This record gives sequence, structure tokens and C-alpha cells, in this order.
Amino acid sequence: MLELAVGIILGCCALGAGICMGIGAIGPGIGEGHAVANACEAIGRQPESKSAVTSTMIMGCAVAETTGIYSLVIAILLIFVAPITMVNMLKSLL
Amino acid sequence: MILDCKSLRFKVVDWLLIALAVLPLVGIIVLKILFAPPTEGISISGALVYFTIPMPLQDLPITEAQINSVAVVLFILFFCLFLTHGIAVRPNTKRQLVAEWIVETCRNLVLDNMGPFFSGFAPFIAAIMAISGVSSLLSLLGLFPPTSDLNIVGGWAILVFILITYYKLKGGLWSYVKGFLEPIPILLPLNILGEIATPVSMTFRHYGNVLSGSVIAVLIGAALTGASNLLLGWLPGFLGEIPLLRIGIPAVLSLYFDIFSGCLQAFIFAMLTMLNVSNGFSEEDYQRRLQKNAEKQKKKEIKKSK
Repeated sequence: MLELAVGIILGCCALGAGICMGIGAIGPGIGEGHAVANACEAIGRQPESKSAVTSTMIMGCAVAETTGIYSLVIAILLIFVAPITMVNMLKSLL
Repeated sequence: MILDCKSLRFKVVDWLLIALAVLPLVGIIVLKILFAPPTEGISISGALVYFTIPMPLQDLPITEAQINSVAVVLFILFFCLFLTHGIAVRPNTKRQLVAEWIVETCRNLVLDNMGPFFSGFAPFIAAIMAISGVSSLLSLLGLFPPTSDLNIVGGWAILVFILITYYKLKGGLWSYVKGFLEPIPILLPLNILGEIATPVSMTFRHYGNVLSGSVIAVLIGAALTGASNLLLGWLPGFLGEIPLLRIGIPAVLSLYFDIFSGCLQAFIFAMLTMLNVSNGFSEEDYQRRLQKNAEKQKKKEIKKSK
């Protein structure tokens, strides 16, 4: 019975990490793509403002990336930390 | 006193400073070789705990991240001393030009982003950039980058949070409290959450980026070992055992994850520090408060003179 429970915990952790990273990467991907596209347009219209646009774009990309980084941290916790603590919790319960 | 650049004493001091700058890095490499346990396959772990100091409430572990960041600080200190050694009004060494370029760039960056009131912030911003950049670049030497430890980056973010609050309070306590009730008082809990979210998001952004780089490097290394065993395992003798595919390919990825990402995160952390500190501070409130205080002082003096 314990083996089954441990298996379910490990499987669910891996599944959760995959879903978390997969869904979490959609938003930043779309957002950063939008930012870069608009920056390219701006540089095309005004080539002399290239350096200012580029630095602002990198800044905005980094801020837009935040939610993706959050989901990455959660995925890493789910893979490396959650299984051990959950299995220990289960063992202490039984 | 004019220093002679070619004198023996100057050269000896030069070499001493270079040695002192490189010594901490060599020291942490030796420590890592002595303490690191042998690993097999994919292993991703946090910072090694070198030793623990017994404390009354809880033992204080001294980890790789702390020792590495101290080594980074020492490296930056002696490197700066080396750059400014033999400084003169008329530059007679090339390194003085480098030092002047660094100082000027930082000063212009701070002036552009924060305004003249915060011009004293330039050394602080330069220090944050240097320590964050060099810490992330430590992974090039195969060492544990301190920035991939949540505690180190969290400490910097708490420092920045204290600075933000300090400069917000400069506009007066009442306007600080009133800032939480805007635009409508119902938003108070959300505003408090937003205040706490600033250091948390700064921490996670920097830490997550560096950590993801090292995790991907380990995964790529393991995958390339497996692939070369599969594809080149038929080679005779010891040639088949060497993971040949691991030569060169990880270096291309390291170019992005270690060098580009590390330097970019240092820049972004410094940039966010500048923007958060200067946005939180309102110069109007500060001037008004100064005026009020000056008027109070005048009234007191008039009373005293009466």
C-alpha cells in the first residue's frame, strides 16, 4: 500500500511540475514576443533611437519574465523538494 | 608625491594586489575540491554546508554560498585597489582609463535614471552590479554561484526594501501612510501586498534565472553523456568511454546562460533598485517637510529670543 502511495506522490509531483512550467511559460512567451515585435517596429520607424529602445525592451522583457520565473521556481520545488517532504510526512503518519 | 610607474616597488605592489585578488578564488576552488562529495549521474543540490557553528536557538550553517560571496567581495576589493593604484591627475597608466570609464558610466546611469538628488547612489549601484555580476560569473570556473542561493539574493532585496521605505518615509510619515490608502481606502490590503511583493519578485527573478541556467547545464551534460554513449560507444578501447559530445557543445549554452544571463540579471537588479528607490521618493513632499521644519525652527528661535 505504501509503495502505491509513494508512486502516486512521485507521479503527481512530476505531472504538476510539467503542467506548471507548460502553462506558466505561455504568458511570458506571448508578452515578450509582443514587446520585441513592437520594439522592432519602433526601431524601424526611428533607427536613431535604437539604443534607448533596446535597453527599455530588455528591461520590460525581464519584468514580463517574472511570472515565468515564478512557475519555474515552483516546478523546481515540486521536482526536488516536494517528493521527499511528502514521503516523509506519509511515513510519519503511518 | 609622484609615483614612478616603472620603479620596482610599484611593480611589486601591483603583483601583490593581483595575487590578493586571485587568491580568494583559488581558495574557494581548493575548498570545493576538498569538500565536494563525488557525484554520479544527474545530481542537483543546493549549496554545500562546510561547517556549522553551534548557536543557542539554531545551529548556524556556513555554506558554500556564503564563503563564495565573501571571496567575491575580496576579489572586487583588491581588483578595485589594483585599478586605482598609481592614480594621477594626468593618467599615465592604462588601468586608470578603465577605472575612470567605470566610474563615469555608473554616474551617468544613476543621473539618467534617478535624477540629481540621488547622485550619491552611484557607488552603491556600482557595488550591487559588480557583486551580482561577478557572483553569477563564478559558474564559469565550475563553482557554485552565490546568486543561485535564495538567501544571498534575498538579503540584497531586503536591503533594497529598507532603502525604498527609508526614502518613502523622507516625505513624512503621514504621506507614507496615505500612500497605502490611494486611490481608494478599500485597496489597503492590496497595496500592502504590493509593497511586500517588490523585494520578493526581485529575489525570485534573479535567483530563478541563475538557478535555471545551472539546472539546464546539468541536464544538458547528462543528456550529452547518454547520447555519446549511444552514438560513439562502439569506438575501441577507452575512446568509447570518454563522452566526446560533451566537448564544446555545453560551452555554447554557457555563453548564454552564464555570461549573457548573469550580466543581464545584474543590470536588471541594479536598474530595478534605482527605479524603485527613486519612484518611491517624492521630492515635493520632502521639500514641503523641509520648509515646515525650517518654519518651526524659526518660531522656536523667535520664542526663545522673546
